[in-house]
Amino acid sequence: MSHNAAAEHTEPASKLFLWVWFWLLALTGVEVLLGYEQYPVKLMLTMLMSLSVIKAGLIMAYFMHLRFERMKLVLTLVPALVIILCLFSIFFFPDSLRLLDLGWGR
Amino acid sequence: MSNAEAGAEQLVAGEWGGGSLPYAVGSKKFGMWLFIISDALTFSALLIAYGYLRVASKNWPEPFEFFPSLVTATVMTLCLLSSSLTMVMAVAARKAGRRAAAVKWLVATIVCGSAFLVLHANEWLKLIGEGMQPFSNPWGAPLFGASFFTLTGLHMFHVFSGVCYLGVVAVATGRGKFTAEDVEVSGLYWHFVDLVWMFIFPLVYVMSIHHG
Repeated sequence: MSHNAAAEHTEPASKLFLWVWFWLLALTGVEVLLGYEQYPVKLMLTMLMSLSVIKAGLIMAYFMHLRFERMKLVLTLVPALVIILCLFSIFFFPDSLRLLDLGWGR
Repeated sequence: MSNAEAGAEQLVAGEWGGGSLPYAVGSKKFGMWLFIISDALTFSALLIAYGYLRVASKNWPEPFEFFPSLVTATVMTLCLLSSSLTMVMAVAARKAGRRAAAVKWLVATIVCGSAFLVLHANEWLKLIGEGMQPFSNPWGAPLFGASFFTLTGLHMFHVFSGVCYLGVVAVATGRGKFTAEDVEVSGLYWHFVDLVWMFIFPLVYVMSIHHG
């Protein structure tokens, strides 16, 4: 009995998933709107990447159940990925932003 | 409970004791998570490469019109997001022991995934028809084709593999062979494919809308 109660506690309801799906669609809608309006490239990139990171977080936390797993698992998987992405960025952004400021790329 | 089982449980209970399930997930699920992290790095590297080629090229092409290209890409996003929702439902149904319902949700996921593939393949054919090739295109920087085809092609291959994978899982679930964990592990893979598209869609499509 107590086992069932625990399972109910950790198993999220379908209503929650519907909400997550709705929010993912809404954020996609905002991205499409940004594509329609068109802003300067740096602003556009910042806004789009922020939205994408939020969407990725929602997918990982709810659809991939990471929110309902042990913190130990999350701490094994996520920081490693984030650190390597930061390393990518350290090499990517200074050079890329310089090229943008020189009016080279777009 | 035997002595060995009691001992194993104690090991699990100890925070740093190791034990059979230190993360409280099975080895299949943990293995899939490790694969997903490494695959995420592959896609990150490709996206970074795409970004760098773009910013370092004089006349990077912007071949996508808001209509129909971005609208099609949005419908493709809708397909993938909905397939993730049906996948979640499949995992929940299988966990609750409702195998027939799980198979139905899995089939719905496969249908959404296939719709994505058809739309994407159609778009590729349209671009190829307009003269786009890996090392040349009529609009500008020649490497646009190579980076676009590699990035979206690898993603399309992931979707295709996922559809096959889910097909196997659906058949096996229908026959009562796979456990709830197997369905959940296939779900993890599928959500990851969806997650990657959440970065390809803005970076490749929304950022490349042609504006007069």
